[in-house]
Amino acid sequence: MADGMVLHPGHDELHGITVVVAGVSGRTYVGRWHEQQERGVVMKNAAVLEQDAEEVESWLGRLRKFGVPSDHRILVVPTAEFGGVRRL
Amino acid sequence: MSYPEMMVKPMREDVTRYGVTELRTIDDVDNALGNLQGTAMVFVNSVCGCAAGGARPAVGMALTDNDAKPDHLYTVFAGQDIDATSRARSYFGEYQPSSPSIAFLKDGEVVHFIHRHQIEGTHPNELATMIRDAFTAAAV
Repeated sequence: MADGMVLHPGHDELHGITVVVAGVSGRTYVGRWHEQQERGVVMKNAAVLEQDAEEVESWLGRLRKFGVPSDHRILVVPTAEFGGVRRL
Repeated sequence: MSYPEMMVKPMREDVTRYGVTELRTIDDVDNALGNLQGTAMVFVNSVCGCAAGGARPAVGMALTDNDAKPDHLYTVFAGQDIDATSRARSYFGEYQPSSPSIAFLKDGEVVHFIHRHQIEGTHPNELATMIRDAFTAAAV
């Protein structure tokens, strides 16, 4: 990483990165990864695609172009719902 | 949450030293973007070390020794100059707010946008190339 002031050191590798979390329910979550706790993954400024609401890749394509709507300032994806993570 | 100005000042200067004009009030923004003619870059600065720490030097690199710069170079500071940032975003149409981010406008319309998610983890050299490419695209 380039020089620059990091104001929130000590977090995990994905901290601050915009990710796509697949939910085992079929929901898809996109937002900034904050941290993973026992209760689940904490995301910030997140959007959620409900199961079957829209084709996932089409939705992700729109988010890549226009950005991620901050529908949830803070969102916790429960551990039991967590089905995997990748970058947007 | 706003940070102490003493801490933020160097982050402002990381950008303004390259000839980028900082817009700190709603009036500043409206005067700059309200009747924009030609091309412009608006850099949305941020205290975030993860992303903005790489974005600021990339902006500087893109503006150095480059004849293809936009006609107007502006910056607002998210989380610090909240009203000005919100007003600037009102000119970005359907593009969602994120910081840091960079909007490229031509005659008042956004023609290209680099979102925070494209900045995260991107090396400043690579990001500088993306910015230069956007300058070229905006000029067409």
